[in-house]
Amino acid sequence: MQTFQTDLLCIGAGLAGERVAIEAAAAGFDVTCLSLVPARRSHSSAAQGGMQAALGNCAMGEGDSPDVHFEDTVKGSDWGCDQEVARLFCDNAPIAMRQLAAWGVPWNRVVPGKSTYFKGGKLFEKEELQEKEGLITARAFGGTAKWRTCYTSDGTGHTVLYTMDNRAVQLGVAVHDKVEALSLIHDGKNCLGAVVRCLKTGELHTYLARVTLIATGGFGRIYRESTNAVINDGGGLIIALDTGLVPLGNMEAVQFHPTGIVPTDILVTEGCRGDGGTLLDKNGHRFMPDYEPDKAELASRDVVSRWMTHHMRQGLGVSSPYGDHLWLDIRHLGCQHLATKLREVDEICKNFLGIDPAVDLIPVRPTQHYSMGGVRTDKDGLAYGLKGLFAAGEAACWDMHGFNRLGGNSLAETVVAGMIIGAKVVTYLQNHHVSFPTSLVRDATAAQQDRIRLLVSGKSGRENVFAVRNAMYDALMHGAGIFRNGKDLEACVQTLQEVHARSEKIGLRSNGRGANPELALALRLPGMVRLALCVAQGALQRTESRGSHAREDHPERNDRDWLVRTLATWQPGESLPSLTFEPASTVWSIPPGERGYGGGKIISAEPEEKSGI
Amino acid sequence: MARNLTFSIFRYNPQDPTSTPHTDTFILDETNHMTLFIALNRIREEQDPGLQFDFCCRAGICGACAMVVNGRPGLACHTKTKDLPENITLMPLPFFTLVGDLSVDTGTWFRNMAQRVRSWVHTDKEFNPRALEERMDNALAEEIYELERCIECGCCVAACGTAIMRPDFLGAAGLNRLARFALDPRDKRTEQDHFEIVGNDQGIFGCMGLLACEDVCPKHLPLQDQLGMLRWKMGWAGIMNLLPWKRK
Ligand SMILES: Cc1cc2nc3c(=O)[nH]c(=O)nc-3n(C[C@H](O)[C@H](O)[C@H](O)COP(=O)(O)OP(=O)(O)OC[C@H]3O[C@@H](n4cnc5c(N)ncnc54)[C@H](O)[C@@H]3O)c2cc1C
Ligand code: SF4
Ligand code: SF4
Ligand code: FES
Repeated sequence: MQTFQTDLLCIGAGLAGERVAIEAAAAGFDVTCLSLVPARRSHSSAAQGGMQAALGNCAMGEGDSPDVHFEDTVKGSDWGCDQEVARLFCDNAPIAMRQLAAWGVPWNRVVPGKSTYFKGGKLFEKEELQEKEGLITARAFGGTAKWRTCYTSDGTGHTVLYTMDNRAVQLGVAVHDKVEALSLIHDGKNCLGAVVRCLKTGELHTYLARVTLIATGGFGRIYRESTNAVINDGGGLIIALDTGLVPLGNMEAVQFHPTGIVPTDILVTEGCRGDGGTLLDKNGHRFMPDYEPDKAELASRDVVSRWMTHHMRQGLGVSSPYGDHLWLDIRHLGCQHLATKLREVDEICKNFLGIDPAVDLIPVRPTQHYSMGGVRTDKDGLAYGLKGLFAAGEAACWDMHGFNRLGGNSLAETVVAGMIIGAKVVTYLQNHHVSFPTSLVRDATAAQQDRIRLLVSGKSGRENVFAVRNAMYDALMHGAGIFRNGKDLEACVQTLQEVHARSEKIGLRSNGRGANPELALALRLPGMVRLALCVAQGALQRTESRGSHAREDHPERNDRDWLVRTLATWQPGESLPSLTFEPASTVWSIPPGERGYGGGKIISAEPEEKSGI
Repeated sequence: MARNLTFSIFRYNPQDPTSTPHTDTFILDETNHMTLFIALNRIREEQDPGLQFDFCCRAGICGACAMVVNGRPGLACHTKTKDLPENITLMPLPFFTLVGDLSVDTGTWFRNMAQRVRSWVHTDKEFNPRALEERMDNALAEEIYELERCIECGCCVAACGTAIMRPDFLGAAGLNRLARFALDPRDKRTEQDHFEIVGNDQGIFGCMGLLACEDVCPKHLPLQDQLGMLRWKMGWAGIMNLLPWKRK
């Protein structure tokens, strides 16, 4: 066992973690980042679409401003976001994009002159201004009034993460990769670091730090089908929850994307439908116009995902060894269009399915995509419940997304939040000192050592780790998927509690030596089930529909009773999280109103209650 | 036409004193659209939970899953079983330190490469948050992106004859990284600065130009062009160095 000491410990070396690290390193502090994989393989690298910032350089972005961006974000969140935070984000996003340009991101730039674009399957023309030539350009994304999504071809996350990691190398940020944080070390008041397992040797190490940051990304992999990288198991959320002190915010707010391919759940872009692609069932029938006569396939992500699920529940899905799915049809768009405008989709189909979308149908189904919930922080990124603990990125509930995040807003969040929270971390480091009681550190490490010993010896039980994981998947998909209702959620919570009990009785079948993957999963799984329970219990309690949270038995958005954020903590030894609630926002620049899409009834807040419940 | 696939997989766990390098065989029924990602996960789940391998994005984007498939380095996640014969042999990437079975440590090597190439924009300009971004021609941005597409999978290094003989060789990935910065006007380094990094046998003069690297690169980077260009430029920079009045 080794002990490492540092000023700032970033658990996570994706965009959010490294952006915070860079801020602290630039201020002269010693920084270590931890990551399950080499930093550049973090899931941020997989985001292809782009990141939103109101630069207003391109023709279709003319007249854009942080105000317009703010309005889109608040509406997108279905008024679930913290408006002060959303404002902070929108105001700073343009600066963050320009800073990335200075650091080396090869943003696509404005090319003056006329060009064409597709919308709803139709061709339009636009003209870019001469005076904007060479400035950062933008593309369209769902739910935005302007073209605001900055991009580098089909690899935005990749180039931004590579640039960020270059900067981290330049500033001497240490990255320890192939390691996994298993628990936080704390004295009940201050967070002091983490116990970490090396995924090269299997050894345990301790990391002591004056500030710890959780930036571990999303937890999509508690679902069987997710567009997330396979490492997105929610490790950072688990270790925060396990303190019994730090709450997770809005865990029930989970976003699904209509078109993950079957199998492997790789995302194919919304652009397919934007450009005129249609959805077909097992009879080859185009069903979306039956449900949404006006918008059909172009209704919002939530709406399309829900109807697809509904349609499959009617027995109209196509069955396969990987479960039911529907078809995405883009054959009629033609080879030329596919090879130029939808190149990534063309490549995904050929590389991963071995089909040609110009002649074959693409198997798709709604797939978990984004976690709005996470470690609840204040606007400075400080987690509730423990001093010296911060969180940023998808792992955090900083809360600019509320109940639905807009495409392009999350990648932008990582760098904007990283910039803002990084500065707060620096101030914190300048003003706070802590001591590290050796007995505390020893006990924290011994606790993990004991867990490993029990798993390897099989003394707690002989449950099979994969069987338990499958039981969690089944329960979640049945109760806490796209559609939710009281009855199924109750059953889901019940089942998950049983699964949780089983997850504490896992025994390994392999020998557990070295970087053993079965052991890694067995160590993580009980925590994953606890996250699943936070999702299900939050969803059960929230008797309304808001953003991505759709209750069949409570279809209305209820601003009277539910303009609140759910906070889940887990007391050691309990079998369920305890939930409390806080006002969704303290500032109401835009009072709750109609989103202008998605339909749905609203129960409005009583006037005197509007300023916060 | 369901086939039964036979996987012969290299096994060795350096952390386990009882483990010795050997091959294990697994048989799996093939399903539609099966990739090595699906197959390996099924083997782990159904037959050997201790089997080590790496996947992350499983979408050909992150570079985590490179291994040697029937003798050829490539990304396992975008290898479809239907393109392979019934007998499939899987080996870890050579050159990199073995973690166990099919898993290798690429992170250490690539971070070291980034430090050696000084893989960042060198400039003394301070970022001004109030100013507009500096303009750039879109065509140039796309050219830079073309070289930035490397996903650090390590296939090119694993396939490279020089790298096998010289562990300190920068490899096609490292040389390509330098070429990327040489193209970028934001980076103020001169040809002389580049020469100091790659004008040697660990750099461009170690490359034998046999182009195994370009052949195996899953992202189809134009490595041949970049290596040729660097060799030419660095050749000249080397000659300039011999002329005393040109030396800086
Ligand atoms: C397919 C796909 C496409 C997307 N496209 C877009 C898009 O176009 N635009 C957009 O705005 N958003 C997009 N998103 C969302 C966006 O990519 C993510 O929200 C964002 O990248 C998250 O960044 P992050 O830094 O918070 O986390 P990540 O980049 O996921 O990094 C997490 C880090 O934490 C580490 N880690 C995790 N657990 C542990 C542990 N226990 N111990 C140590 N380290 C740990 C990981 O190794 C990693 O380094 C997309 C998401 C998906 C799934
Ligand atoms: S061309 Fe050069 S870099 Fe590429 S494989 Fe051959 S020796 Fe290695
Ligand atoms: S150059 Fe190609 S083969 Fe080499 S590391 Fe990069 S992506 Fe992989
Ligand atoms: S798992 Fe990311 S490239 Fe294969």
